[in-house]
Amino acid sequence: MLMSSRMSSSSPDNAIVIEGLGKRYEIGRNRASNDGLRHAIEEAIRAPLAWAKRRRDEKRRSTEFWALRGVSLNIKEGEVVGIVGRNGAGKSTLLKVLSRITEPTEGRIRINGRIASLLEVGTGFHQELTGRENIFLNGAILGMTRAEIIRKFDEIVAFSEVEEFLDTPVKHYSSGMYVRLAFAVAAHLDPEILIVDEVLAVGDTGFQKKCLGKMGSFAQSGRTVLFVSHNVDAVRSLCQRAVWVKDGRIQKDGEVGEVIDSYQSSFSVDHALSCTSPNCRLTITKVTLRDESERECSVFAPGDNLTVEVSYTAEERIQRPIIALGVQGVNGACFTSNMLLDGHRPEYIEGEGRILCTFRAIPLLPQDYSIKLRVQAANSAEVIIPYQDVAFFSVAGDLAEYGYRGEFLRFARHSTPVVVPYVWRLPDGTTAAVSLSRSAEIAECIGPRNGGLT
Amino acid sequence: MATGAAANRSSGLEMSVLIIEAGRTEGQYWRDLWRYRELFFFFAWRDMLVRYKQTVVGISWSLIRPLLTMAVLTFVFGKLGKMPSGGAPYPLLVFCGMLPWLFFSTAIMESGNSLVSNSNMISKVYFPRLTITASTVMTSLVDFLISSVFLAGMMIWYRVMPPPGVVLLPFFVLLVFAASLGAGVWIAALMVKYRDFRFIVPFIVQFGLYISPVGFQSSVVPERYRLIYALNPMVGIIDGFRWCLLGASSSIYAPGIAIAAIGVLILLLSGIWYFRRTERTFADVI
Repeated sequence: MLMSSRMSSSSPDNAIVIEGLGKRYEIGRNRASNDGLRHAIEEAIRAPLAWAKRRRDEKRRSTEFWALRGVSLNIKEGEVVGIVGRNGAGKSTLLKVLSRITEPTEGRIRINGRIASLLEVGTGFHQELTGRENIFLNGAILGMTRAEIIRKFDEIVAFSEVEEFLDTPVKHYSSGMYVRLAFAVAAHLDPEILIVDEVLAVGDTGFQKKCLGKMGSFAQSGRTVLFVSHNVDAVRSLCQRAVWVKDGRIQKDGEVGEVIDSYQSSFSVDHALSCTSPNCRLTITKVTLRDESERECSVFAPGDNLTVEVSYTAEERIQRPIIALGVQGVNGACFTSNMLLDGHRPEYIEGEGRILCTFRAIPLLPQDYSIKLRVQAANSAEVIIPYQDVAFFSVAGDLAEYGYRGEFLRFARHSTPVVVPYVWRLPDGTTAAVSLSRSAEIAECIGPRNGGLT
Repeated sequence: MATGAAANRSSGLEMSVLIIEAGRTEGQYWRDLWRYRELFFFFAWRDMLVRYKQTVVGISWSLIRPLLTMAVLTFVFGKLGKMPSGGAPYPLLVFCGMLPWLFFSTAIMESGNSLVSNSNMISKVYFPRLTITASTVMTSLVDFLISSVFLAGMMIWYRVMPPPGVVLLPFFVLLVFAASLGAGVWIAALMVKYRDFRFIVPFIVQFGLYISPVGFQSSVVPERYRLIYALNPMVGIIDGFRWCLLGASSSIYAPGIAIAAIGVLILLLSGIWYFRRTERTFADVI
């Protein structure tokens, strides 16, 4: 009751007021009931006997995990707020709680105004239904009334640019068309508060611009937008304010440039690494990750080129040092570039300088990674800089764009991270190529959503 | 704590205040259910559209299935088993029993899977989840109605005139609908957490066909077991259907109907209670 009196005194121009929000998951128990068919069969056979025992075991095994804790946030009407943070920092949980998909464990949110959230493009699209039918279905799922959809129907169709295929089942659509239609429906929701997650990560660049434009005009019309994205540039250009979520808490909240700068700098180890040995003095001053266009970057798409730039100061000449870089995922090492193996060692390093290494077309699934570095002396016995994390990055992107469409796609985060391009040859003579590379040849092979088997 | 959509008018748009917190109050949910009532019809419409896509005979399946089942049951119970039909043509007797039974069995199978097969939606967008499960029961009702038309044709063919009791038929339709919804929401909610029900439900359906009086009249059950037999609510419902449609040729067991009505009510209310209780964690568990 105390709380509600405080709530009512909060100023009326707050669109969203979040107070002490927390969300707890019980990991063990979730897993026990969600292991798919094999598990279910096993359970079905054992269930009558093992029921009591299993429940007890589950209780013991389950561990608590706070995806969000003590989050408080005020968002004013008309504000456009970007939410940044690494994979698993709690951004998605925050959005899910705000969109009422899941209930908070503690705390309270007050939302003033009609709210719509867009956590995925094309939620509820049915493959067998035509574009026209899906517009109605999807619109209704997103909370539009039938009358509203009918009123906006022509606009939606025009925006999606799929007029001629309106009566074709969407399973025959290319992924581009599919995404365009789906975004078109979502873009014509007309809420006062809009919550958007990663929507811009899909579709071709032209369409992405169009979506950004739509979001921009939405923001300019004085409505409140909460925008979660890995695309830091998009956040910078759309939002005035940013919130950085880390480990389920708000790490920083403020002016967009400031927050993004500190968020990005968190991706490299800021303290210089110095040599521990007395007889050679080497300092790694900075490790920077860059994308294809040489810009500093911390989020890459699968198939991007990733350049690691190591800046150093060697106070005395170091002969033929051995440098090794490693890309480490949460589940273990992925790949390395190791001079000890390839033998491309510099003759010497001295003074200030840079060494760059570009990993081409990183075949990594959307997960979090770190870059590890080790420097050894010529005789390879003496370690100048021991193997350690020097930078962090995330891979983000919509795997559907790479032709992925499995039922368990949402568990890609738990998969082994490296995907070497592969080809299935099925008994009926079809072949299907799978790759995280963006090369045209592969893209053509994977092509439209259902034409993967060619 | 006060929760609600306090409506005040500002700049021509309806402003609503929404409060989200642990243990959200019920009022908001039922209001939402009303607000999303159109979605309920959209889901039913989608399931209907999709159901017979890429099938050769399409909607005829909703007739072929009951017809073949009727033929088999008539042969087994009527011809081989020589069960009494109480004066009515045996196929008609069987079809009257099958109408509610097939509705119930398809409804619980489809609605049991409804949440799991829409898991993608559940983890990405909010709407009262009850709409999905209820809409699948609605879809089964359409099959039921198609079969009903066929039954009417059969009755004309056999020149059987329904008794005055036929006016009570809507009550029994309502009863079987409530039974299906009640069992459906129970199974749907349980299935989210325990996929075991994927195996249990077909078993219930298979078993139920024989322990419910679908292929025979419940009057063949010895008098002293009637009360126990009536604990299966489908017994009262099927008896009711026969009584309404075939009249005197089928005996009515009044306590059985009462037990069925009470049982169905309990099933439905407890089902909704359990569904509501677990609904808030669907997105986390599914």
